[in-house]
Amino acid sequence: MPAVEPVTDPAALSDALRATGYLPDEGLATAAYLAIRMHRPLFLEGDAGVGKTSLAQALAEVTGAELVRLQCYEGIDAAQALYDWDFPRQILHLRAAESTGDAGRETADQLERSLYSRRFLIARPILRALEHAPSVLLIDEIDRADDEFEAFLLEVLADNAVSIPELGTIRAEQPPLVVLTSNRTREVHDALKRRCLYHWVAHPGFEREVEILRRRLPEITDSLAREVARAVRRMREVDLLKPPGVAESIDWAQALHLLGARSLDPERAAATLGAVLKYQEDAVRIRDTVLAELAG
Amino acid sequence: MSGATALTGHPGKPGADRDFTDTVVGFARTLRHAGVPAGHERVQAMLAALAHLDVLAADQVYWAGRLTLCSDPEDLPRYDAAFALYFSARGAGPGRPASNPPRVLRAAPFELDPDAAAEQREENSPTFSVQASRHEVLRHKDVSVLDRDEREQLQRLFALLAPRVTGRRTQRYEPAGRGRIDLAATVRRMLRQGGEAARLSRRRHRYRPRRLVLLIDVSGSMAPYADSLLRFAHAATRCRPAGTETFTVGTRLTRITRELRLRDPDAALAAAGRAVPDWSGGTRLGDVLKAFLDLWGQRGVARGAVVVLCSDGWERGDPAELGQQLARLARLAHRLVWVNPHKGRDGFAPATGGMLAALPHIDNLVAGHSFAALEQLAEVIAHA
Repeated sequence: MPAVEPVTDPAALSDALRATGYLPDEGLATAAYLAIRMHRPLFLEGDAGVGKTSLAQALAEVTGAELVRLQCYEGIDAAQALYDWDFPRQILHLRAAESTGDAGRETADQLERSLYSRRFLIARPILRALEHAPSVLLIDEIDRADDEFEAFLLEVLADNAVSIPELGTIRAEQPPLVVLTSNRTREVHDALKRRCLYHWVAHPGFEREVEILRRRLPEITDSLAREVARAVRRMREVDLLKPPGVAESIDWAQALHLLGARSLDPERAAATLGAVLKYQEDAVRIRDTVLAELAG
Repeated sequence: MSGATALTGHPGKPGADRDFTDTVVGFARTLRHAGVPAGHERVQAMLAALAHLDVLAADQVYWAGRLTLCSDPEDLPRYDAAFALYFSARGAGPGRPASNPPRVLRAAPFELDPDAAAEQREENSPTFSVQASRHEVLRHKDVSVLDRDEREQLQRLFALLAPRVTGRRTQRYEPAGRGRIDLAATVRRMLRQGGEAARLSRRRHRYRPRRLVLLIDVSGSMAPYADSLLRFAHAATRCRPAGTETFTVGTRLTRITRELRLRDPDAALAAAGRAVPDWSGGTRLGDVLKAFLDLWGQRGVARGAVVVLCSDGWERGDPAELGQQLARLARLAHRLVWVNPHKGRDGFAPATGGMLAALPHIDNLVAGHSFAALEQLAEVIAHA
């Protein structure tokens, strides 16, 4: 892990992120810098596979913090995001107290208090992030959660504290750096966005994508990296159902490399198309256009 | 980086705090006129962000504003345009050119406030002159001056409509008389009763209404019905604001969900009227549906939803394309309902090219030409 230095300006943060293998553009570096300095959550939107989640990982590495990830899904609630009581252990404790006769000696009040103590509390991601300092809390795909969950999240993010009725309030000594990501499957409520720094993550430019490929996959040849980046760039221009993100181009380059490719040839490209395109309709279109150009 | 004196009126005097705040507040005002809801709290955030950045570097000012004042990809082109306009008018080079100037046309932002428009016209900026030709380029139907007398009776009826959507089993539970044992609730009850498991608590999956997505054709041939269909959409939005999405389709796609959330139906329709640039134009249903699926539908808006498409199927584009896109939509949606006002007429046969292409993919075909037909549509949605 690299030495943790306080970041002094966006450029310094950008360099630090680069050192971990994440190549941010100017906007993203500024956004992350302000999130750290202003203690505001960072709200990232963008197509799938443009590196929203990896930014949180890179930030955790740069700041020497633990990464706590909360994957959102439909129906997620406080018990899965925040904390839960360990009911089986509580019952065991109760039975044990009964059988050893402790139950008689202790007052019912004391027994109940011992049941609702910290050791029977299971910390779910948000509570864990609040308890561990420093930490980066990644709330992934917030758009998948229900809107009630946002209201609840708002409360936690505003106070950096969780109040547990039976136990009291647990407050973060050092608030976690919060990164929220969304794929825009639905619109996240304005009240939540207003508390965040908002950044739209775009696909990287050609040079940056080549650099990302070279960093992530040092074993591939330079010409393969450039040709994959160029082909993927072309694919994004063609009107696809799911344009490939950086994650897909990395997968593709790796697949090609594993097949022994030193540059992008049409046969291997066609054989590995499943690594980069995830719809049959898209694959057909690309075979007719980009791959045909490659062969031609 | 064009080392611009973007934020201070007096170059080389960065300490001029009041000036600096005024500039940011003025910029936010311009931005609001451009249609970005940059409220007071966001302006505070921008000032706070600038405290950590170099106010003399136009680039950093650009990012400080963009990260704090915007909250939607749709805001970004407007922000770029407003930034270029505001800071170039102040004699400083903008940090970057507007990334996509033609899109400013689509947002048609500066028209919303006539005073602001006049101000900007005086400044004679090139950005604005592009938009000035609004009458030639985009035909706005003036919904804001609806003839109330004629329709008042009917409009009051729309308030009675409450289109609800069927439920879908969720991952969440609710207490129930039977079902699986709810461990947490059982333990809580045990504790109340001194540790005895006298009765087991049970739970079952909760049901939630599905999302309702309304796609309303606002082309010329549908013009007589657009008003009542939008009122229907407003009634549905009132019923479940977070679970209803409305788009207009014509020559382009416009999302009017936000506008329809206004409580007052007339205000909501007027707002929608201002937002939609292609009233009474043609229809390119296939293309627009594709835009909907790419931007919204596939990401999740249409997934598992009840999708209602209101159109007469007069397709100017390629019916084959429409068929393809409808097949995509049908795969994503739980149920696809087509509302064709002509179905209410005698001797209707789905003979238009668009309708023929659509038939294999739709689950229900309903009329929707009268209030009664819309009530029937609400019924269909409720049991979809």
